[in-house]
Amino acid sequence: MIAYLIRRILYAVPILIGVNLLTFALFFVVNTPDDMARMQLGIKRVTPEAIEKWKQQRGYDKPLLVNTAASGTDKITDTIFWQKSASMFVLDFGYADDGRSISGEIAARMGPSLAIALPTFLIGLVVYVSFALLMTLFRATVLDMVGVALCVFLMSISGLFYIIGGQFLVSKLWHLVPISGYAGGADSFKFVVLPIVIGVAGSIGSSSRWYRTIFLEEIGKDYVRTARAKGLSELRVLFTHVLKNAMIPILTGVVVVIPLLFLGSLLTESFFGIPGLGSYTIDAINAQDFSIVRAMVFLGAVLYIVGLILTDVSYTVVDPRVRLQ
Amino acid sequence: MSFIPVILWSDALVFLLLAASIASAWYIRQREHLLLPWRRVGQSSVAMVSLLVLSLFLVVGLLDTLHFRTALPQANGEAKVYSPEVLSVFDKLVEPLRTHNEKTYSAPFALTLYARETGTDAQGNIVREYPRLQYGGAHLADESLRDVDIARRTLLGALAGLLGGATLVLLAKRWTGRRAVLVSLLLIAPFIGALANLAAVYHVLGTDKVGQDVLYLSLKSIRTGLIIGTVTTLVTLPLALFLGVAAGYFRGWVDDVIQYIYTVLSSIPSVLLIAAAVLMMQVTIDTHPEWFTTTAARADLRLVFLCLILGMTSWTGLCRLLRGETLKLREMEYIQAAQSFGVSSLRILARHIMPNVMHIVLISLVMDFSALVLAEAVLSYVGVGVDPTMISFGTMINAARLEMGREPMVWWALTSAFCFMLVLVLAANLFADAVRDAFDPRLSRTEDKP
Repeated sequence: MIAYLIRRILYAVPILIGVNLLTFALFFVVNTPDDMARMQLGIKRVTPEAIEKWKQQRGYDKPLLVNTAASGTDKITDTIFWQKSASMFVLDFGYADDGRSISGEIAARMGPSLAIALPTFLIGLVVYVSFALLMTLFRATVLDMVGVALCVFLMSISGLFYIIGGQFLVSKLWHLVPISGYAGGADSFKFVVLPIVIGVAGSIGSSSRWYRTIFLEEIGKDYVRTARAKGLSELRVLFTHVLKNAMIPILTGVVVVIPLLFLGSLLTESFFGIPGLGSYTIDAINAQDFSIVRAMVFLGAVLYIVGLILTDVSYTVVDPRVRLQ
Repeated sequence: MSFIPVILWSDALVFLLLAASIASAWYIRQREHLLLPWRRVGQSSVAMVSLLVLSLFLVVGLLDTLHFRTALPQANGEAKVYSPEVLSVFDKLVEPLRTHNEKTYSAPFALTLYARETGTDAQGNIVREYPRLQYGGAHLADESLRDVDIARRTLLGALAGLLGGATLVLLAKRWTGRRAVLVSLLLIAPFIGALANLAAVYHVLGTDKVGQDVLYLSLKSIRTGLIIGTVTTLVTLPLALFLGVAAGYFRGWVDDVIQYIYTVLSSIPSVLLIAAAVLMMQVTIDTHPEWFTTTAARADLRLVFLCLILGMTSWTGLCRLLRGETLKLREMEYIQAAQSFGVSSLRILARHIMPNVMHIVLISLVMDFSALVLAEAVLSYVGVGVDPTMISFGTMINAARLEMGREPMVWWALTSAFCFMLVLVLAANLFADAVRDAFDPRLSRTEDKP
């Protein structure tokens, strides 16, 4: 198991190098730092001095890959690639345009993001699986048909409308919770409850339908017939046999997103004014702060790969036949 | 009036797509075994009604794709100058909707503006009142006649629509015997008739902040949505198809390289990758203003780039599916027979593998459509979507969202965008389900019901 994990982590290195090269190409080769400076300073009246100053402030005034002016290892290290891109491997993300450390911001903003994302994820999982089990129990009846039709209807509505509609009804008409904002500690409940509810409701359609498909696939298998033949009730068949056997496909889709919960949700956080990583990213996109976007892309890839490894580990937990070697 | 046709990049892609669909439809018609799954789609009432609704959207989108620029009135002897404004055939068809711009917000069917304005009455006193709209209901001398007029126009329009619908039903009867399709045709036609008759003199869905008719905006958004939904998959389809099949068939180092490429791409959360790529595209477009002759051309190129970027992040899933299927297929006896006859690899890929993975391509194409239409709205909200000057559901929602706080509330723009999007995506989802059911060999057709 340990050997397997080490191997998986080593496999991740070339992928992260690929991600790193991709972001480097995207942010520094497709458009040179000069282009970015011109864009941010305004296209029309921009002097070469202003561009130089902009680049110097951000450390973009170095050669891209090889510094021919330097000597020794500085040839490689005193370049944009080494200082801005390769440094991300040790989670050193540098500074944002407002001069603050990106790593520090990320650490501070993870909490609020998790406060929304984790409950949404857990409650969502329970709700979707129960709803899907219910539809499976009443499969091929009117109830199931209504359920599926409802799912298709719900998944045809843009996520934006769930948030706008929820904010309008709950906060503006009924005045139950504040429209947006965030506070730490015990106060946080009234701020996070609406985003969580909306987050759960927003994907109830697509998720329940997906779980239903998984359960229906399992229910056609031989072991289910055996279980019924020995006289188990349909409920027992569903909960003790089908649910357990459906764990592998469920985990495949679910575990991989757990690490990504740290990144929060772009939409929810920006609508509700939650100071998490999602709204951080949106603000960075709107302010065209490239270093933050670059950092988030890399962090996202790291977390995704962690998720893949966790998925494999989780298989061994639910299925004793799976051995990682 | 003279004009020159304008073919924007996205127009060209749409025409290409249209030509490809017509060609493949003609190809399939000749071959009974390819036609069979489509017959199954045709037997589903839900699918056919969805198709009817989708084709209405499609007609609007296609009419909106035929672009041209009109010539400006010129002095004698001068060279012809064309207006910088790019119009479409659809714009010409709904000319009153496009040109009847009010000053600012007005509610659906309203006769007055949303906000009070200071004016002078007949006696010269300064009063604050709701000014009458310039176009909405301007034909009415007396405001109290509005409801009667609306009822009369609805009835007349619906009757005309019903007549048109009945004619269509008589024509359509030769094509499809499904009663649900004919009934929904009879239901939709009067609705469109009434809407058209009303929209000529009222703002049926109100007007937005700068006084544009919301119905017009909603109808224009359709093209953007359709392009995002279809062109995106089209532009990256060859890549996914080629790489996926090659990885599965050749295995070895080819497989390793291709797997590496798509693992790298898919390991970045898609919204972040899209954001990064769109930001960079914005820089490129903004630093090269000389590339574009009109603002429409700039917005359009941005749309095409957005499709490309969206495609780049979404082809990996299809590629992985195709690789898996090809791995399975290459062990089949008929492939091994072909190999032992000495058929070249390329020929095996083209004649034996490709046709057998086409159902996966088709299913993912129709399944992706609705997700992409929804994604466009979200991306435009995040600020990495279509050009702000381009009319789309995303830009509509974005503009309307800020007006929810007004008192009285400006609800109509948001509601319109919601309804149009819901109908489009719902129809697409239902149709996609029917296509998947008909084409997916894993689903047993005879024993659907346990």
